[in-house]
Amino acid sequence: MPADRLLDIADMRIHYESVRGTYKVVDGVDVSVNRQEIFGLAGESGCGKSTLVEGILRLIVPPGHIRSGTAHFYPYPEQPEECLDLIQLSYPEMRAIRWKQLSYIPQGSMNSLNPVMRIQDQMADVALTHEPMSREQVERQLRELLGFVGLPESVGKAYPHELSGGMKQRVCIAMSMLLRPALIVADEPTTALDVNVQRAVLEMIRNLRDSFGATIIFVSHDLAVHAELVDRLAIMYAGEVMEVGTVYQIFDSPQHPYTQRLIHSIPSLGGERVRLETIPGQAPSPLDWPVGCRFHPRCPEAIPICSRVEPRTVALDDGRSVSCHLLDSTIALE
Amino acid sequence: MDTPLLDIQNLKVTYRDGGLFQGGRNVVAVDDVSLTVPFEPSLLTLVGESGSGKSTLARAILGLKTYDAGQIRFQGQDMGRFSQQQWFDFRRQVQPIFQDPYASYNPFYRIDRVFKTLVRKFKLASNGLDAEKLVEESLRAVDLRPPDVLGRYPHQLSGGERQRVMLARVYMMRPRLIIADEPISMIDAALRALFLNILLDFREQGISCLFITHNLATAYYLGGDIMVMCRGRVIERGHMDDVITNPSHPYTQLLIDSVPSHDPHQRWDTAQGATALDASEFEFSEHACVFQARCPHVMDRCHTERPAFFSAQGRSGQRSACFLHEDDLAGQPDRGGAPL
Repeated sequence: MPADRLLDIADMRIHYESVRGTYKVVDGVDVSVNRQEIFGLAGESGCGKSTLVEGILRLIVPPGHIRSGTAHFYPYPEQPEECLDLIQLSYPEMRAIRWKQLSYIPQGSMNSLNPVMRIQDQMADVALTHEPMSREQVERQLRELLGFVGLPESVGKAYPHELSGGMKQRVCIAMSMLLRPALIVADEPTTALDVNVQRAVLEMIRNLRDSFGATIIFVSHDLAVHAELVDRLAIMYAGEVMEVGTVYQIFDSPQHPYTQRLIHSIPSLGGERVRLETIPGQAPSPLDWPVGCRFHPRCPEAIPICSRVEPRTVALDDGRSVSCHLLDSTIALE
Repeated sequence: MDTPLLDIQNLKVTYRDGGLFQGGRNVVAVDDVSLTVPFEPSLLTLVGESGSGKSTLARAILGLKTYDAGQIRFQGQDMGRFSQQQWFDFRRQVQPIFQDPYASYNPFYRIDRVFKTLVRKFKLASNGLDAEKLVEESLRAVDLRPPDVLGRYPHQLSGGERQRVMLARVYMMRPRLIIADEPISMIDAALRALFLNILLDFREQGISCLFITHNLATAYYLGGDIMVMCRGRVIERGHMDDVITNPSHPYTQLLIDSVPSHDPHQRWDTAQGATALDASEFEFSEHACVFQARCPHVMDRCHTERPAFFSAQGRSGQRSACFLHEDDLAGQPDRGGAPL
């Protein structure tokens, strides 16, 4: 196990039971996150990226359940052998590391603040529940963090409804950093914000890593935002990871046919106008994933084997991994 | 010159805010906006942050919101004085596409009804067979297979499919003008490209479009002309390429600087630092520039005067409501009402 590994997710399967059958929303995901990196999770809606992070945060509620998988978490850099399996932890054990080692900026997090508590009371509540601190210590910390996210001290005394969406989002970011956790999971933190506010929030998230050494898992459907922020990126499709690589590898030379089309479908600002590529067909249903490669019905490069055999994950020489038969040298291309 | 398709002069739309028990105050959502959609097929994009009044403007044009002052003329006719028959013609020639594909259908009826109602109401086909052909042709025009869609209920379709059914409906009507209010903000990246390509094809077939978005990259892809709105006022207008490559108003510059680059080799210059300020955090004065509180180039007079439109960068086609450009082209202020 490399020393800089923070989180190692293997064979994660999260299913939802319904009268119509089992929705296999996350179905066999393996990814690893290194210490002090910003790791991006990208994919279209319904690909399971939010469910995956809810799974490692143990926020899945019935009818959903974690079918199988491990999430080995190494929160202490001084003791690299000390390993917690987030999936096996009991509720009190999980509660003990929440906020302290693992914090969460949820989707639409500006609506996750308690509307009848002042900002400073909510933040103190979090701090005092998880750490034996004095009230003065908490307040000092709080002022420092509000300053860090560019908010005036007076915000601490405000109620959430007195703040704008961007300000609430910044409060959530400050809160996530309160106890200096090893890992912060941010799920679509900039959706529904105006572009100029989005830019400020993204720069703030990068600062969390640069100033505090936090590791961040960043979930977003917007590839342009990933290009701007993350170090490594996993592309998800139909409950599986299609390709993982550094942000430069993914954007400069995407290998998986799905990644290629996804990247060529986003318009850019300025430069020559070329007609955007589109992906034919529609995303499959988690109730009934296609047999073989899950992308094959929409893949223009599909070969006969794609509809029969599920591709294995191939590690390429430059360190990235791709799940596609076309790149698997052990498959004789028919 | 032919009569413009749509001609809006000095439009003002206000909402009444608050005041459950006592008089509230009026919020000006659209303030002194003039625009022209020419007779020839064209694309005009309206961009701005949330609260800039772009959706309200669309609703006023569609007749869904009454306006307080100004005039909207459609093919030379004043919409304020439309007769029943004129409204009927207007609705045939101007088609809306709204933001939320989940809210624009009646969940009790099958998708077919969207088309059948139109055929009946506007007498688009003489018999059932022709009607069926027409519907299928329209669905194919937006890359949908008729058997995938017809006979199904709205909840059985994905967001992207629903937005395309709306496009198929528009296509069937062969309108002169589409008013699309943030039509792609709720669909996935891969489907966005498909939607935008269809709109570009429509223009080739003679359908104009007023496209409303907050996403500048999308706007740039569509091309045509652009109008930038801030707090109810138009602050810059011109040809898309001119405005995006040489923005003249500090607000347009701010928007462009905030767009993620799509290229990890060209990330934002963090030293520059963005101003993380929502429009809603500020008080606005009737007698000041709408952007003065956030503007890096703010001057004394910006607090007390509203800038008129000036031709910017020495280009007659690009106009900017900013005092910085007062002297650019022998500074002839105009009201910005002239066609682009």
